[in-house]
Amino acid sequence: MKALMFGWEFPPHILGGLGTASYGLTKGMHNNGDMEITFVIPKPWGDEEKGFANIVGANCTPVAWRNVDYEYVRSRIGKYMDPELYFRLRDHIYADFNYMKLNDLGCIEFSGRYPDNILEEINNYSIVAGVIARTIPCDIIHSHDWLTYPAGIHAKNVTGKPLVIHVHATDFDRSRGNVNPTVFAIEKDGMENADHIITVSNLTRRTVIEKYGIDPSKVTTVHNAVIPLDDELLNLPRHDKKEKVITFLGRITMQKGPEYFVEAAAKVLQKSKNVRFVMAGNGDMMDAMIKLVAKRGIADKFHFPGFLRGKEVYEMLADSDVYVMPSVSEPFGISPLEAMEMGVPSIISKQSGCAEILDNVIKTDYWDIDAMADAMHALVSYPALHDTLRDKGIEEIHGITWEKAGKKVIDIYKDVIGKQGNN
Amino acid sequence: MKSVCFYFNIHQPFRLNRYRFFDIGNNHYYFDDFSNDEIITRLAENSYIPMMDTLLEMIKASEGKFRCAISISGTAIEQFQQYVPEVMDRLRQLAATGRVEFLSGTYSHSLASLEDVEEFMREVKSHDDLIEREFNLKTGTFANTELIYDDDIANVIASMGFKSCLTVGAKHVLGWKSPNYVYKSISAPDLKLLLNNDKLSTDIAENFNRQDWDEYPLTADKYMDWIAALPEGEKVVNLFLSMDVFGSFLPASTGIFHFLKALPRFAEERGIEFAMPSEVVAHTEAVDFLSVPYPISDVDEARDVSAWKGNELQNEALDKLYSVAERVALCDDRRLKKDWQYLQSSDHFYYMSTKNMADGASHASFSPYDSPFAAFTNYMNVLADFLVRVQEQYPESIDNEELNSLLLTIRNQASEINSLKKELKSLRTNIAEAEKEPALPVPAPESTPEKKLRGCKSTETINDEQPKKRPGRKPAVNKEPDENRPKKKPGRKPKAKTV
Repeated sequence: MKALMFGWEFPPHILGGLGTASYGLTKGMHNNGDMEITFVIPKPWGDEEKGFANIVGANCTPVAWRNVDYEYVRSRIGKYMDPELYFRLRDHIYADFNYMKLNDLGCIEFSGRYPDNILEEINNYSIVAGVIARTIPCDIIHSHDWLTYPAGIHAKNVTGKPLVIHVHATDFDRSRGNVNPTVFAIEKDGMENADHIITVSNLTRRTVIEKYGIDPSKVTTVHNAVIPLDDELLNLPRHDKKEKVITFLGRITMQKGPEYFVEAAAKVLQKSKNVRFVMAGNGDMMDAMIKLVAKRGIADKFHFPGFLRGKEVYEMLADSDVYVMPSVSEPFGISPLEAMEMGVPSIISKQSGCAEILDNVIKTDYWDIDAMADAMHALVSYPALHDTLRDKGIEEIHGITWEKAGKKVIDIYKDVIGKQGNN
Repeated sequence: MKSVCFYFNIHQPFRLNRYRFFDIGNNHYYFDDFSNDEIITRLAENSYIPMMDTLLEMIKASEGKFRCAISISGTAIEQFQQYVPEVMDRLRQLAATGRVEFLSGTYSHSLASLEDVEEFMREVKSHDDLIEREFNLKTGTFANTELIYDDDIANVIASMGFKSCLTVGAKHVLGWKSPNYVYKSISAPDLKLLLNNDKLSTDIAENFNRQDWDEYPLTADKYMDWIAALPEGEKVVNLFLSMDVFGSFLPASTGIFHFLKALPRFAEERGIEFAMPSEVVAHTEAVDFLSVPYPISDVDEARDVSAWKGNELQNEALDKLYSVAERVALCDDRRLKKDWQYLQSSDHFYYMSTKNMADGASHASFSPYDSPFAAFTNYMNVLADFLVRVQEQYPESIDNEELNSLLLTIRNQASEINSLKKELKSLRTNIAEAEKEPALPVPAPESTPEKKLRGCKSTETINDEQPKKRPGRKPAVNKEPDENRPKKKPGRKPKAKTV
């Protein structure tokens, strides 16, 4: 089966969970066999892992004819994709886009990030999608998150193939209710035009059904999984320390519920002195949190190391005894799975999607500071609980694979294609 | 003639309140009175009362031919006394018929038999004392918490003087043997073993209302036919059933009570009698030894004890709890001892089972907690407070043996004081009598009756007279809980000296 996927991020150059999930899923699907996946991203960097998917860069796809020779193309984009493909794509330009700002290859430039003119970039991406859809044959189209929905719809209109969209998050999660009407419109349009919708949790599925008014029968949950970590990360040194460390890791924004973490920490510190708290990351609530920590009088035991990148994240986890994710609304939340794989027992809010599939964690309501504090205290005071959750957690994570998730997506593909065949 | 023995098991634990770690040291009350009240009252209404009425009716209608046994935990009796005393009336009526045998067991439905032999014996003793006090009956047959049994437990029970014990007919222990015989323990040959017939009791407890069961509907004559059709030599059918199944898991509308009521008539037609375990044991010889090296129980597919001791959490909680068994036994604080009993209930450990992914599905449905981890956390918080209280009684720095000898000295001192007291008293009366002759009653008769009073009341009334204060202490050692304080203080002082 041939799938044409539209994504926005792809490891190693990622800004959030979307890239990791897209990568894991694609790889998992590939490992199920008999899948030929073309993955389109705005801007490849050349160091993406290939082999399981054919990566096409939107910024390497011509939308206007330029008379260039093979050698030149190879020197320009050879490290991102096969020059042959450039010429095949060039044969499928469907309109004159010379009025746009193009480079010498007739391609549109993309930032591949989340710039201020993101709406323009989304639109350009969908123009490029038209060329790609005309060039590369596919049986199904798959769009990851709202940025790529317009591209998916365009490709669907061009090819007549069914469209599956993958909802990794909705604007309701990001804004805690204050949705941006433009984003909402793009999301809703994508959902309505999709033949099937995949959500990363039942929580998100409910949002899609209730807030966007989508027919429940075309929304299916496929929970995310976790990519096994490298041994290098798993074996990071764990320092012997006298004090226990309880960690919060993530953007310090309203969505992640950092204030509940601070309040719970204050409760724990009233009783046990042998604990330190770390809030790693940055965000618009960071200053407020620093103030709150000072107000509660726990600044001597509470640390803000700032934004951690790459390996630093895992070094932090290796030195943590407890990981806490008190998110107010979390479509899935992959970080507790990584913490668990690192052998760090986790406390997560019941309002996060991953709570639906995890058994060996402690789940509390994000607002229930008492319960959260109690769980923190129990994990640092009762070694039996800590060790059980650590060991069972690792075991559980090893059972949550992208292959299983990939299998579910493939089944949805078959179902959707079958339905279309019948019509 | 075949005999059918029904055993109805009644147990309710004292469920714990939500107890956060910041309560440790501040709040010493652990129990969720509201839900304990609610649950036992609901069960009594739906299940215990109609069921006991049914049993009374069956005994009456069959003119005493119907007999059965009841196994009830001390914690359940306490809850009945507290919340639904009408159940106690019915239990007393049942006891008075002489057709219901009350089994021996553990007071708090505890796992002491697996953890601490001494504590186990104390548990059994307090249970049997309670049964005797409440129902004026002596227990003869032993049934452990959830029928937990192995060869070591057999030894302990036999040493306590029990002649018979009920346990499970676990397949992996019996092999090809039938549960419908009386066996004897390989480690304690004087102990006869009665085995629950798994199939026939499950047919009532679980299958009765299962419409996809191929034998549905189960009728009394069909059931008695099955028993009558058992091979000639198989004389005893033991049916161990939880009483709250009747009327709650099997609501009255399923006809379960009518089914029970019809049993005696069909039994009589087929020449099957009902018996109490002590009767069976008295009339039946054991056919063979049974060896049970590893503990078995009535719970879960595996019929082992993994429901309570299956993971690290449970073992940790049990270890911590029983680490103070001896200390609690030494102390005299009545509330501490009550809490100690309530905390031992096996249910608390059952809630911590992590088997809920497979056949432990029932664990989750009975648990008041979201997860085994929440159950563990809550229990450990309570236990932490409890351990602090135990420590306050006896500091950790003194080991048990030393403590024991010190306490012995104190108790000896108390009895010595008492004997001296008696001596003094008799001497005084002698003097009084001697004085009586010349001048009539003035001082002496006043002092003697007062002393007697003091013996059973309290010391508060008379604090000025030194010699009078002491006799107050002695009886406190035996009974009255509130009098413990003055006795303990002298207990600590000598310790301080030794340290």
